[in-house]
Order: sequence, then C-alpha cells, then structure tokens
Amino acid sequence: MHAINYEAPKSLDEAVKLLAAHGEKARPLSGGTDLLIQLRAGTRRPEFVVDIKQIPELTRISFSLQHGLRLGAAAPCISIHENSDMRKYYPGLTEAAHLIGSLQIQSRATVGGNLCNGSPAADTTPALIALGAQARVIGPKGERTVPVDGFCLAPGRTVLQPGELLVEFHIPAPERHSSDAYLRFIPRNEMDIAVVGVGAALSLDVSDDRVVEARIGLGAVGPTPIFAAEASKSLIGKTLDAAAIENAARLAIAVATPIDDMRGTAEFRRHVVGVLTRRTLAKAAERAREANQR
Amino acid sequence: MAASSSNGFRVIGTRPIRHDGVDKVTGRAKYGADYAFPGMLHGKVLRSPHPHANIKSIKIDKALALPGVKAIVTSADLPALPDKMEAAGEQAINLNHLSMNILARGKALYDGHPIAAVAATSPHIADEALRLIEVEYELLPPVMTVEDAMKPGATILLPSLRNKEDGPDKETNVAAHLQFKRGDVAEGFKQADYVIEREFKTAMVHQGYIEPHNAVGIYNADGHATIYCSTQGSFVVRALSAAVLGIAEGKIKVVPAEIGGGFGGKTTIYLEPLSVLLSQKTGHPVKLTMTRAEVLRATGPTSGSTIRCKMGATKDGKLVAAQCWLAYEAGAFPGSPVGAGAMTIVAPYNIPNILVDAYDVVVNRPKTAAYRAPGASNAAMASETVLDELAEKCGIDPLEMRLMNGSEEGTPQTVGPPFKRIGFKETVEAIKNSPHYKSKLTGANRGRGVASGFWFNVGLQSSATVNIHTDGTVSVVIGSVDIGGTRAAQAMIAAEVLGVDINDVRPTIADTDSIGHTDVTGGSRTCFATGWAVYEAAQDCVRQLKERAAKLWEKKPDEVVFENGMLSPAQPGGELKPMSIKQIASRLARTGGPIVGRATVNARGVGPAFATVCVDVEVDPDTGKTQILRATIAQDAGKAIHPSYVEGQMQGGMAQGLGWGLNEEYFYDDRGILRNTGLLDYRMPTCLDLPAIETAIVEVPTPGHPLGIRGVGEVSIVPPPAALANAIYHAVGVRMTELPMSPPRLLKAILKKRAAGEAQAAAAD
Repeated sequence: MHAINYEAPKSLDEAVKLLAAHGEKARPLSGGTDLLIQLRAGTRRPEFVVDIKQIPELTRISFSLQHGLRLGAAAPCISIHENSDMRKYYPGLTEAAHLIGSLQIQSRATVGGNLCNGSPAADTTPALIALGAQARVIGPKGERTVPVDGFCLAPGRTVLQPGELLVEFHIPAPERHSSDAYLRFIPRNEMDIAVVGVGAALSLDVSDDRVVEARIGLGAVGPTPIFAAEASKSLIGKTLDAAAIENAARLAIAVATPIDDMRGTAEFRRHVVGVLTRRTLAKAAERAREANQR
Repeated sequence: MAASSSNGFRVIGTRPIRHDGVDKVTGRAKYGADYAFPGMLHGKVLRSPHPHANIKSIKIDKALALPGVKAIVTSADLPALPDKMEAAGEQAINLNHLSMNILARGKALYDGHPIAAVAATSPHIADEALRLIEVEYELLPPVMTVEDAMKPGATILLPSLRNKEDGPDKETNVAAHLQFKRGDVAEGFKQADYVIEREFKTAMVHQGYIEPHNAVGIYNADGHATIYCSTQGSFVVRALSAAVLGIAEGKIKVVPAEIGGGFGGKTTIYLEPLSVLLSQKTGHPVKLTMTRAEVLRATGPTSGSTIRCKMGATKDGKLVAAQCWLAYEAGAFPGSPVGAGAMTIVAPYNIPNILVDAYDVVVNRPKTAAYRAPGASNAAMASETVLDELAEKCGIDPLEMRLMNGSEEGTPQTVGPPFKRIGFKETVEAIKNSPHYKSKLTGANRGRGVASGFWFNVGLQSSATVNIHTDGTVSVVIGSVDIGGTRAAQAMIAAEVLGVDINDVRPTIADTDSIGHTDVTGGSRTCFATGWAVYEAAQDCVRQLKERAAKLWEKKPDEVVFENGMLSPAQPGGELKPMSIKQIASRLARTGGPIVGRATVNARGVGPAFATVCVDVEVDPDTGKTQILRATIAQDAGKAIHPSYVEGQMQGGMAQGLGWGLNEEYFYDDRGILRNTGLLDYRMPTCLDLPAIETAIVEVPTPGHPLGIRGVGEVSIVPPPAALANAIYHAVGVRMTELPMSPPRLLKAILKKRAAGEAQAAAAD
C-alpha cells in the first residue's frame, strides 16, 4: 500500500477547504468499510484521506413530523437502527441500514458512504430512492441538492465533482398512512451482498385501500441503483390488489438491466426483481395500513 | 479425572479439555504469521494477471531502486529441475512442475501464478515494489474446462506433457487415463430392469481454511536454513523446499507453527522456498504471508469435474452394473485426485460389473491440492444421486437399497484386496435409527435426502517419544501437526497405557530436527498411525518401568506386573509394596537414569472409513434458495479416542460438504480471471446457514490396530452434496446434476419443470 496523508477536520468549512485544495487526490473517509478495502487492494490510490466523522453536522440524525428527516451522511448505520423515530417512520430504510454487514461493521458503515461508493448493490440506496430522499452536497462552488435517484452515474461513479462533499439526506415527513420496506436477495442468510434489492414506500388512503403515493427503488440490477418510475406510477390511484402488484412487478422487471456475474445470472435477477417487488410492496402496504403517523 | 468410559478404557472415550485450549482461547497460540525476528524483512509475490501467457521478459531495475527494497527473485534464481517424476523425501513428484508452481518459468499458467518475489523493509514497500516490476506477456488463449482441454487441437498448456495412451510424440493436456474394471458391464446392464445415466458437473472449490499461508525463512551463513510456517507436514515442507532450492534436506529445519485449518490444502509448499531464497539473498529473516485473494487465486483448491455415471439395478433393487467416466481439472500441472474419485465412486456397494474411466486434465487454473477425501465428494455426488433415482424406480427406501447392496467384510474393492471388517452398513443402520430419520418431515417444498460415502484412509510413517519425568509426569513428543485435536488424543493414548492422569501428560509437536520422520497430518492417518506409535512408545516406557521396579525389588522384569499406573510384584504378599509411576520416577537416577520410550511405525492394515448422512431442506420455489432444516451424520470411527473431536470432524466435514453443495464455486470470467477472490463472493456457509449437525459415532474396530482406531478426518465431506441434491429433489421434484446448487441454478431448474408442467397441462386441455 502507498503512503497517504490522513486529515480529520472538525468543521464542515475545514473539510470543504481540504477537499477543494486536493481535488481528485483526496477522498473523504466515512465509515471506511469500502474505502479501506479499496486502499489495501490498490483499486483507489488517493494521496489524502479526509476523515469526516468528526464533523457534527455529518453524524446528526434529526426528525420532526413537520420537517421530516435530516440524516447526516456519516451517521453510522447502527445509530439509525437505535433511533426510535427511524424505526417507527422509516422502517424500510432502517432495515436496509441494519442489513449491512455485522453489528461491528454497522458501527462504522454509513448511509452516505454507501451511496458515495457508487455500488449498484448498495443496500440503503434503493430504500432512499423509495423515500424520495434528496442529497445535500457542498463544494468549492457552493451548495446543491441532488435527488438520490440521480446520484449514481456508473459503478463506482457519482455526480460528486472533485472537492465536493455529501453532507446529509433530506427525506420528506411521512404521510399519515405511509411506510416503507426493503428486501434483498442473498444466497446465504448473512454476511452477503445484495444480488437483488428492492425498496418500496407507499402512502395509502385507508378508507378504500387506494395508493396515494408509491415509489420503488431497485438495487443490483443495473449499473446504478434504479428508480422504477413506471412501476411506481402504475400503482397510484389503484387499489393495492394482486393484479396491481403483479403489474408493478412486471414494470419493475422491465427497467432492470442486470448482468451475469458471480452473484447471479441476469435471467435470475430479473425474475427475483419481480418476486421481491411483490414481497416488498406487500410488506410496505401492511405497515402503511397499520401506521398512524400523525 | 473423568469417570471411566465403556469398553474397559479409563481415559479413551472420555472428553478431557484439550491441552492447547488455553493458549488458543487466550490468543497466546503462535500461528505462522505471529513469528517475528530482529531485522526481519517482509516479502510479497508478484502474480500473473493473465491465465495463460508466455513471459517474454521481467524487468526489476525500477523496483530494486525503490528505497527499502532489498531483493527480488524470479525463477532464474531457482535451479532447473528434471521434468520427470523423482523422489523428494518420501514422495515421487515432478520437481520441475513443483518449481514452476513456486515461480513461473517461461509461462504463466493461471491467474495468480507467481512471477517474482520481493523482500523489503516493510510489507507496504514490498507491495509498492510489485507495481514497479515490468513483465512483458504474450497472451495465449486460456483453457478453462476439461471439455476444452480434451478437445482435439486444444491449446496446449505444458509442451512437454505426454500420456502413455497417446505416446511420446503427441502433445496433450491429458496427463493420465486410468481404467478400473471388474466383470462385464455390458452383460451386467442386460440383467438390469432399470438403468439410470446422468452427466454431472461440479465446480472447483477451495478448502476455505481461515488462516492464510505464511512462512518465515532464515538462511544462515553456514548454509543451514530454518523455516517457520503453518503446515500439515513439516517433513514434507523440508523435503519439497530442499528439492526446489537445491539444498540438502538435512540442512533445512522446519518448525511447524499452530495451524488455522488446512483440510489438505497445507500439504505442499508455496511461500516456504521463497522465504529461504529471499533470506539467502538478503542475509535477513524474511516473512511472507498471503492475502485471502492470493489464497484463493494461487493455492490448491480441489478439482472441478465432469462425471458421467450409469448404474443398473434389477427391479428388486439389486445393483448389477456401474459404468462411470470422470474427468477432473488438475489445474496448471498434472495431479488431480481423479484416481481416488474413480476408486471411491461405487466403493460402498457390492456391484459385480464395473467399468470406470478416469482422466487427469490440465487447465489454466491453480494446481489443485488435497481437500478432505480428495476427489470422493465429486464422485459421490454422481453415484449417490443416481442410486437415489434407482431406489425410487425400484420403489425401495433409499437406506434399504444401501443395506441390500452395501459393502461388507469380504466384498471386493474397486481396486485391491477385499474389504476386511468395515462399518458401512452400521452407519446406514445408525441413520435409520436416528431421531432425525424417525421424525416426520411435513410442510410444502420440504424434502429429505440421504447419501453415503467411502474413503480409503492411509497409514504411513510416524515417530513418537514418550518421556517419564522425575515428578512422574509424562511428555509425549510427536511430529504430527495438530489440526483437529491430535495433541489431546495422543496424550489420552499415553495416559491410557501408562495409567496416569490425562493432566499429567503434556503433548508437544516437535520440529524436524527433534523427532523422527513423520508424514503429513492428512489422509485421516494421524490418530491411527501416530496414535499407534504413541501407544507403542508408551508400552516401551512400561517395559522399562518394569525393569526398574525389578531392579529395586531384586526380581526379574517378568516378575513385575503393571496395571492402572501401579507396579507390583507378580507374587502378592511379602514386604514389597506396589509403586506408582510417580514413586518410581523420583528414583530413576538410582536405577539406571531417565526413561524414554520410543517407537516408529510404517502403519499397515488401515481401516477404511464410511459415513451416511441425512439432510432435510426447504426450498423457496420463487428464488431457488435452499434452507437446510436438519442434518445428521453417522460415521464409523473404529474407536473414538476423544468423542468430541470425532464429532467435530464429522460436523466439520459435513459443513464443508454442504457448502460445496450449496454455494461454493470458483467463478472465472470469459478471460480466465478469477472474479470471486474474497470470502464475500466465495460463499462458504455461515453459522446462520447450517443447523446444529447431529452425530452418531459408530465403532467397528479396525482389525490389527491395538486400539481399533479408524481415521475420521475425511469421509464426512463425501456424502453431503449428494444428500443435499436428493433432499432438494424430494422437496421440489428437480434432479440437480450441477454443483453448486446455488439459487440461480435451482430456480432455473424449477422454472423449467414448471413450464414443462404447464405445457403438458395445456396439451391435455
């Protein structure tokens, strides 16, 4: 492994300055569960590693029914699972964060890191997409907001420009009868990476079980995580019956562009997108019916 | 001391705490990578990124110029060795191939093949130096499967390779064709009412030991070298390293470290000669350790294979003929375990007509090494699932089918003399009588499968020394590396013979200068053969103790009786009081000096091993994912010395066999590059993927062994993949013929069956 310079700024200002000064030679270090492996394998060779976990804004989780959720990019996954608001209002995102590695890994790994690593198989990204999360980014040219469903460009590549830093996610306040769910398929029962991941968020009108709002995010079935727009739209205004779910599953399969690799064949992945879309929608719907968020 | 066990033994059959336990649970146990010496340098290996390429040039100048880099070696630094089978220590091996696997010579033959090794003042500098070595490759087409390698006109891996059949002029990738024959299969199949023939493919798999390979080499100015490493056989490391380096065997001392798993994979050499060579060049101790990726890319997994298996039975279930064709991936150099596969494939059964053809085939994959009953699991996957189909055709319970046809004393083996007393049918009976098999399995998509397996076991050579200390405690010194409770078992055998407390016996594993030659811990031989040597060495102590007591009592040795650790006069009465070993130990100086018992064995009459297993599964028909609900194994141990470690071997082998069946596979891309070089994507089962594995130890003593021991290390891995396949069939109705039976493969089979069913229903409408 090559020699690196380690910096641990205490403020957002300081971090932005460091990243701006070193540009492409710098890489932010969040939990490090991807970056350290890449450094050791030599697949990323930054000269500067900027540890962002000492910056208060980046590790904060704040929630209110008026403003929704602000989730710091470097908040460890375990703190999401330990947060009662997260478990209550965003159970799908919470379960996605809780699926990443062991408890030890969850104490390091972060949702921001999961997204910025740019892996199509990131567990939390489809859950964020389902919730309509927005990413707040700060860089040398100021601040901007990027929807998570447009954040990843290719495997390992995101919209972040050299010097830019992901600060936090904003997720809208939950509707009264709304909830989310995330399911992934792995060949084993633990310590594995998604072969297919599906996140779904639903808001229901419980008087007639009609879908008010629906969003479906897919993982590991294309070069980036995917927002299944047609499948999501197909549900709105519909009663959530077997036919509606089946139709959404079919539309979700249609936007998946998986490949054959050591984790599964493209054919297998397309089939499982359908299976998990059905299962995730059913689970999110069950939660939304029971929810009384206001 | 624990209460007496059955069969008249006092220590054997009990479950004392292992002597090496405290060191291991407190982290004090020293594994190979824990060794450090003053001035030690760190080595790294540059590996080929191509599966098949001519090496045109290797330029090391830039790397040598990097501050901190002390030496770089390539195959040019190793002596050229004869390209033929030669003796290296006790085994015959092609030394040229062995050397070429340590450092590529002229050609890179697999992704990960070592090209050069660097020694530097830190592992990071060594790592950076690798990037500065410039290698010019001329790429050649990779040959990844036995089918491609055997095709006429296939790209040739080793230009000098020949086989007997094709003669001295024909280049080939087939290193050997073996044939085993009994009776007349054509006639046999004529008698069959049912014949099943299937083709199977099994993926290359790795042993998956948790500890990566390691070595520290120290070359002294006087021409002597010491190697510290984690190995299954210190004497093998010495012999092979000496041969590769061109150093006399006696000038190398190998100190075996604690070992974090091997399963056969640590019975050869990789880093050991490099550590000595780099130490010789630099004058410093040099340490090399592999990363997980290096372990997977470039140590010895076991063969993937293609197997065709045809078996016939009469309608009342009698097996009448079996014809099998096996081709195993040897890796880059000859030496797959296909011979063992061929000799085990139908060994559990008494079949009058057999014809087995076996092919050892080189491909652009790492050279395979031993893996727990090498070659037998692949073979059993074929024969034990075909047998399950035949049992179904005949309408006979699969365990009854095995009992009807099972090998027993006097049954001819595929090769060699008829079996002596064996415990195959007893393992089938044990499963039949197990709480698991007697339980009812209910629920949708659930199924139960059974399968059996055979493994030869080996004897080979062992040495042992037993010392009686002045306080009456005993030390047992052996050359067998402890990989599965060896120290505990050997101490128990000495304690049994000497009648002392197990806690008064200290077992030690000696380096190659401190004990007589001892073959590898492998082939399920250690408890059998080293245990035999320890038994005899302890008996040697008993003889000497009797002589000393006779001297003190002014009697003849045969007038002294030794029983339960007490020496007493053969004629009771009189003034002479019985003496314990402790009492006489304090008086050894006055009776002739210390007592050292010693024995060596070249153990013959090895008892073969059999196991039968039962597995319950539930399959998710939407995803093809299999959950193992319950698993039980019955295995013949001859005599279980320490039952906990026997059960551990049974459970460990079964766990590995289930992993082999479910998800493990070497995944090469189209260019011949290994894609899953970590344990994330090389999917061994985690503890959440397996149930607690139930065990039933069967004890049919090995005739001729003083304690009746039968090796227990390997056979447990043979039946699980087939049992899993049978269980999946009984759960969802599809016969899987390819390993692993991972979700994509199983789902494909389920959907194909469903589509066929729908088509049939549509046609019927």
